[in-house]
Amino acid sequence: MITLTVNGTSRNVDADPDTPLLWVIREWLGMTGTKYGCGIAQCGACTVHVDGVATRSCQLPVGTVGQAKITTIEGLSADGLSHPVQIAWLQHDVPQCGYCQSGQIMAAAALLKENPKPTNADIDTAITNICRCGTYQRIREAIHTAASVSGKV
Amino acid sequence: MSNRLSLRRRAFLGTIAAVGGGMTLGWRIPASAQGQSQGQAVGIWVVISPDDTTTVRIARSEMGQGTFTGLAQLVADELDADWKFVRAEYVSPDENLANKRAWGDMSTGGSRGIRGSLDYVRKGGAAARAMLIQTAAQRWSVPASECNAANSVITHMPTGRTLRYGEVAADAAKLPVPSDVTLKSPAQWTIIGKGVKRLDTVEKLSGKQVFAIDVQLPDMLNAAIAQCPVYGGTLIDFDADRIKSMPGVRHVVAVGDDAVAVVADKWYQAKTALAALPINWNEGANAQVNSAQIAELLKTGLDAKEAGLGQKHGNVETGLAHAAKVVEAIYAAPFLAHATMEPMNCTALFANGKVEIWVASQNGDASLATAADAAGVRLADVKVNKLHLGGGFGRRGQQDYTRQAVLIAKQVPGRPVKLIWSREEDTAHDFYRPITQCKLRAGLDANGNVVALHARLSGQSITAYLMPSRLDNGVDRGVFQSWSKEEFGYKSIPNLLIDHAMRNTHVPVGYWRGVNTNQNAIYMECFIDELAHAAGKDPLEFRRSMLLDSPKHLAVLDAVAEKAEWGKPPPQGVFRGICQNYGYGSYTAAVAEVSVSPKGELKIHRIVAATDPGTAVNPQQIAAQVEGSFVYGLSAVLFGQITIDKGRAVETNFDTYPVMRLADMPKVETIIAPSGGFWGGVGEPTIAVAGPAVLNAIFAATGKRVRTLPLRLHDLARA
Repeated sequence: MITLTVNGTSRNVDADPDTPLLWVIREWLGMTGTKYGCGIAQCGACTVHVDGVATRSCQLPVGTVGQAKITTIEGLSADGLSHPVQIAWLQHDVPQCGYCQSGQIMAAAALLKENPKPTNADIDTAITNICRCGTYQRIREAIHTAASVSGKV
Repeated sequence: MSNRLSLRRRAFLGTIAAVGGGMTLGWRIPASAQGQSQGQAVGIWVVISPDDTTTVRIARSEMGQGTFTGLAQLVADELDADWKFVRAEYVSPDENLANKRAWGDMSTGGSRGIRGSLDYVRKGGAAARAMLIQTAAQRWSVPASECNAANSVITHMPTGRTLRYGEVAADAAKLPVPSDVTLKSPAQWTIIGKGVKRLDTVEKLSGKQVFAIDVQLPDMLNAAIAQCPVYGGTLIDFDADRIKSMPGVRHVVAVGDDAVAVVADKWYQAKTALAALPINWNEGANAQVNSAQIAELLKTGLDAKEAGLGQKHGNVETGLAHAAKVVEAIYAAPFLAHATMEPMNCTALFANGKVEIWVASQNGDASLATAADAAGVRLADVKVNKLHLGGGFGRRGQQDYTRQAVLIAKQVPGRPVKLIWSREEDTAHDFYRPITQCKLRAGLDANGNVVALHARLSGQSITAYLMPSRLDNGVDRGVFQSWSKEEFGYKSIPNLLIDHAMRNTHVPVGYWRGVNTNQNAIYMECFIDELAHAAGKDPLEFRRSMLLDSPKHLAVLDAVAEKAEWGKPPPQGVFRGICQNYGYGSYTAAVAEVSVSPKGELKIHRIVAATDPGTAVNPQQIAAQVEGSFVYGLSAVLFGQITIDKGRAVETNFDTYPVMRLADMPKVETIIAPSGGFWGGVGEPTIAVAGPAVLNAIFAATGKRVRTLPLRLHDLARA
């Protein structure tokens, strides 16, 4: 039995320690906001925060997580809408199909925590998640908007 | 906003409750927006509840293109609904079937979502409006002609009395649906044409949107699949005993004649066990085919005598013979995978001779028919739960994954099984964008005017692969997209020949966002650029001179040239390319601004794009589609390639099939210039101009013509 702290709650799972955190979140904990896209840490659809750091959970064995605090998209804000990144995303109408957006939002939230006023170059470097619908332009604009909401991130 | 959110959340909680309900076939576990509305159906397109919540029923599929919102706008405008009350939900394919397909075509492709249903959905809104007004008039005992409706409120004009839609909907629902309704003129529109925000955004910000891959049902099992890596090969056998004791494994089953699936408690367990499963394939006759052989095959088509005719006027050979200068070039584009972010998946439950599926599909009717066929049951014994698609781009029009899910579920009766393809299966078993080559020859007179043009396509036909009965005397008309007489803008060329030598391979092909307009526009618009250069003329003016009889083609071209300030020099080190195209009923043009470093590193700085879709239902969503079109189109041009070796796809995942990321994204400035009087598509037309604008700008920057794709295989470094 492995004990995890997910969105502030302690959870026990009977998964094999080699199981990627992504699948533990999705299948053992039943939280499906974190997505499977590639399984090889290329696309970022599975991005969660591990002790506040944006992490691609599809390549992270659950047995190595230990005491680290995991935050998923479901835990980013209490109502699922009030994090400055979520507010900015809504304002810019960012999502199209929406499948990659949990990961995009988690990556953006981690960036802004680290760097409250990112430049375009900072965003280019930090946000490497794939979006096939092509929402990149609005993601960039929304990150700048979220950054302008000072002191809330 | 808060109103809509609370409704959505209520719907989501309803979903959870339904999941706990028990194991009988015929639950509605919507998980999507399907079938959740509470209230009165006023006609078939609108459901209105006492609190005025107005649910528009949607037959097409939402895959990011915004049709859920756009179609709702069409209905809500004719209904005179207050937009803040409007939401949308799917009509289920089984409901459509049971009602003699009252909601019409469910297929979602070809950029037809709006332009293919705009009359009947608007009439549905207008009919509901008439029923609501009539009900209010009866209640007041006044003539309906004295009543007006606006913002979900009916007003008796002479007295000023009002009734809300929610107050009369229950009675209105009992009236016959009028058939003789008059649609508004564009000048009367209040919601059509407005850039309202999407109706499906909130759930996509919180992780609450349930995609098909997220469906969870009681007692559900999960399946991972391996398909014969060589297209056309078959399954011989597998050694299930070797993996039976692995964690979670329940069943190992053959799926059709070319695949095997492991069914386990969790998908990750199924996938892990599948990787350890010994499988023998009969790879069949194509096991040695590779890309070089396919390229040779296509090459034979470039000069072949026999070719299907696209269009022709004058005499090209005579024109070329008398030309002052002849220019010739050969272009080529590879197979491409769709690479939707959500891999193919479907959940199926087979019990008591009936089937229920949960699926992301571009064609709900096809999903239903496929499930019935795979299960061997009547159409009426299938229930289909449609969920929003995590990307479609044409891939999810095909229902191979639905068939497989049902074939697996039938072997595990009584328990739902969710089949998920790994990304590797998804990349290796696509219906790829067809591979083509194109030989272009043109003659210029002494003044640099084009006097003859021959475009010979050679390559694979989607129609021949998917629906051979639709070939027209052996010709696939689809290969000439953008080049038919009606579409092609360069009407002044006196001698023109466009034809296609069909060269089919064993590789599955299908519809890929923009389909044949993608490569056709690259071939034509890059070659036109070559001709302008050969004629010593400005690429804009050269095109303008040939588009004088095509004013709408010309208008979008002029629009991008003006906004990009084509006549003024670009910033130091920056170079421009320009192009135009027509497809899916819309006119498009683009200017790209790029720089190429001495080492050959490309930077795309800016795109100015224009589209004339005739009528713009939602400018904000059109802009989003235009922006996204450059990502999808430039991903292909810069990076995309599926190569074939030993009869199978070489590329397996995003490490070997790279796509554009945020850092590659140029600033896209979108001009929406609806000229009125027609309804063109939006989701696909603009992709066609992404490639040629950038490739022509690269030529301006480097003097290098990139004629074979993708670009990443070329060295742009200055010699």
